[in-house]
Amino acid sequence: MNSGAVVTFDRAAGESLPVRVASPSRVLAESTDINITGLCKTFDGQRQVLRDIHFSIPRGQAVALIGHNGSGKSTLLRCCLRLVQPCSGAVSLLGSDITTLGARQLRGMRAKVGFVFQRHNLVARLSALTNVLHGVQARKKGPRTWFHSIAPQKDREEAMAQLHSVGLANLAERRVDGLSGGESQRVAIARALMQRPKIVMADEPVASLDPLAGDEVMGLFLHRIKDEGLTLLFVSHNLDHALRYADRIIGLRDGRVELDTPSKTENLATLRELYG
Amino acid sequence: MGLVVFTAHALHGTELSSLSLMDIAAIPANILRLIGEMLPPGQVELARIVPAILETLQMALVGTVLGVLVSLPLGILAAKSLSPNRLLYFSARGVVSFCRTVPDLVWAIFFVIIVGLGPLAGMLTLLVDTIGFAGRFFAEAFEEVDSGPREAFSAIGASGGGTFFSAILPAAAPSCINTSMYCLERAVQSSVILGLVGAGGIGMLLEEPMVWHNYPEATTVVLTIFAMLVVVEQLSGRIRYHILAN
Amino acid sequence: MAKTTITEPGQGGLIPPPRLVHPPLWQYLLGFALFAFFLVSLEGSGLARLTFADVLAIPSKILYVLNQMFPPSLERLGAVSQAMLQTLEMALIGNLLGIPIGLALAILSARNLTPHPLVYAISRLIVTFLRTTPSIVWAIFLIVAVGLGPRAGTVTLVLATIGFCGRFFAEAMEEVDPGPREALAAMGASTTGGIICAVIPAAMPNFINTALFNLEYTTRSSAVLGIVGAGGIGIELMVSIKTFHYDEAATIIFMVFVVVMGVEQLCASIRRRVMQEG
Repeated sequence: MNSGAVVTFDRAAGESLPVRVASPSRVLAESTDINITGLCKTFDGQRQVLRDIHFSIPRGQAVALIGHNGSGKSTLLRCCLRLVQPCSGAVSLLGSDITTLGARQLRGMRAKVGFVFQRHNLVARLSALTNVLHGVQARKKGPRTWFHSIAPQKDREEAMAQLHSVGLANLAERRVDGLSGGESQRVAIARALMQRPKIVMADEPVASLDPLAGDEVMGLFLHRIKDEGLTLLFVSHNLDHALRYADRIIGLRDGRVELDTPSKTENLATLRELYG
Repeated sequence: MGLVVFTAHALHGTELSSLSLMDIAAIPANILRLIGEMLPPGQVELARIVPAILETLQMALVGTVLGVLVSLPLGILAAKSLSPNRLLYFSARGVVSFCRTVPDLVWAIFFVIIVGLGPLAGMLTLLVDTIGFAGRFFAEAFEEVDSGPREAFSAIGASGGGTFFSAILPAAAPSCINTSMYCLERAVQSSVILGLVGAGGIGMLLEEPMVWHNYPEATTVVLTIFAMLVVVEQLSGRIRYHILAN
Repeated sequence: MAKTTITEPGQGGLIPPPRLVHPPLWQYLLGFALFAFFLVSLEGSGLARLTFADVLAIPSKILYVLNQMFPPSLERLGAVSQAMLQTLEMALIGNLLGIPIGLALAILSARNLTPHPLVYAISRLIVTFLRTTPSIVWAIFLIVAVGLGPRAGTVTLVLATIGFCGRFFAEAMEEVDPGPREALAAMGASTTGGIICAVIPAAMPNFINTALFNLEYTTRSSAVLGIVGAGGIGIELMVSIKTFHYDEAATIIFMVFVVVMGVEQLCASIRRRVMQEG
């Protein structure tokens, strides 16, 4: 596993970065949260979207995936949760390879990963609090996870606290189709955190927001991630966001990893030329 | 082209083309004669008409409520995006189509044979009717639900039941309520004719005057039916509006 | 945009909203009354009177009927097919004649197009009356007016079509964006011109959808009109059931099933094509 140039590079990068490791006593292999080896994806048997992707992300690191439209970054992220089925290669999350898991185990693994979509994907006709509460379905089943009015008091309080942590406690009872884009995305973040995830993935979480709201939501998002010491992998087409919020930047082009660098890099100019 | 030929044949087949001038001339007179016979509406004792209306409404309500309860799981199985496998999908579709395409009077006759004369046969007919109608439209409503929240729930790792009750049902609820209320209206409307084959309801009052050509009495019953249907339509419109507004 | 304060989760003083927002008292009472009526209806509809023995007897009765129905008899296949064809023809003619009349009534009874409130009220009443009175009842009356046979059935279906299309065409035209019509009016076009050039084209996909539903609906009902002697396959069905020829009835029911399914599939594929273009 620790052979190959990419991995060595990662470790070098990891040491030079201000990475927060949740429990420093753990051995290295265990503190690698995401490890992708030889990942390929071909659509319709011909369009190659991902070609032989390798990288790994240690616990607590925030990584931005950047690239132009059609470079395969969204597909890569979806492959990491098997929302899109990869053609070959392995994706191991928290030490287990999700490409070999059965349906039930896959659900269990997805439960440990919070996912924030580009469009918030909330259930429009329900209240913000109920939408956040739905995150509890990552570890529970049954009617008491469907609506906040019948949920256990503990879960309701936790959902409320999550809403509060994204600054929306006062909108708990409002239906989400009446919320603004930024507010909706914050509810979606709260829902993902309600899962009590180990890893969070986000697919251009602020791309559909105006720049001001986007900055605000992104700042809040990263604050919450760092607070909880979570590992983050997010897709962005905004190089400034990547530089500001990520510890490390992975650039994709035509389905290949073209660049893998700490965000505190010296050759900013090259980066801007490539992705700005 | 084929349609034109078929239409021409159809004009012949429905005996419209063989209408002579004499026949056409006779129609207004016939209608006037009929109206003359129908008016003034005859007297029907309240003691017969009120229980009949009540029975009609009860058959319609129970048939619709039970039918909707059966249609929900059938609708899930008959929705392409939710059905667990193709066999269940096609069998659910088949059951729903069969319930819908066999005319309700045929169902009524069948149930009269099975459970005997009376409102139970009518209620079962309306239940089957509702399954045929609601099963189809529930399935369509489930299929049309935005796929985004569903994807979010599979990313959470939620169970199938959780996804359905938290993401799909809330989104499809307005459409389902609409369909259910429409089913209730339809049930009241068709429960009127079930009485003709002895399956209970106000139609029973219609059969006798029809057989004996007692048109004034028939007119009274028809006007009563009309009034009842208008009231039910208005009521269901109100309820629909109230529920959907929230 | 208001700046939000960020706080740690789990801090005290966060009370979730109440589980239930109490609706007003009358809604409680209404709900309770409806539920009570439903319980009473269980009794009234005869369901509650079913004894356990009755329920046990049902499967054997169903088996008996099914046993009588199979194998379906093909003896009178010719006559039955003829009647089936007539049924379809009644439905087709009923639609072809009813849809134009329905459209005319719909224009009079659309709130935004009606020439006069009185016309609106009257045409609306006519449409409602045509729609809500069951087609079997129409058929019974029309048999007296135009005599036994498919003519009565066809006219019945014309009336049913007017009732159905009259309502939904009017709703479709009320929903149309008023902009184009105003533009035409500003150019000095006549009211009729505005309706034909602006309103009808915009509502066309909706019209076609309604008309196709009506075709499905009338096909189904034309299959039963024969029961009262208004033409079509219904009479064959009634006779075979009344004379306990269940095997013949099975053939007819199966034929109706196939034809109605066929019409539904046809309508579905037309609908898909129209929706794709529109």
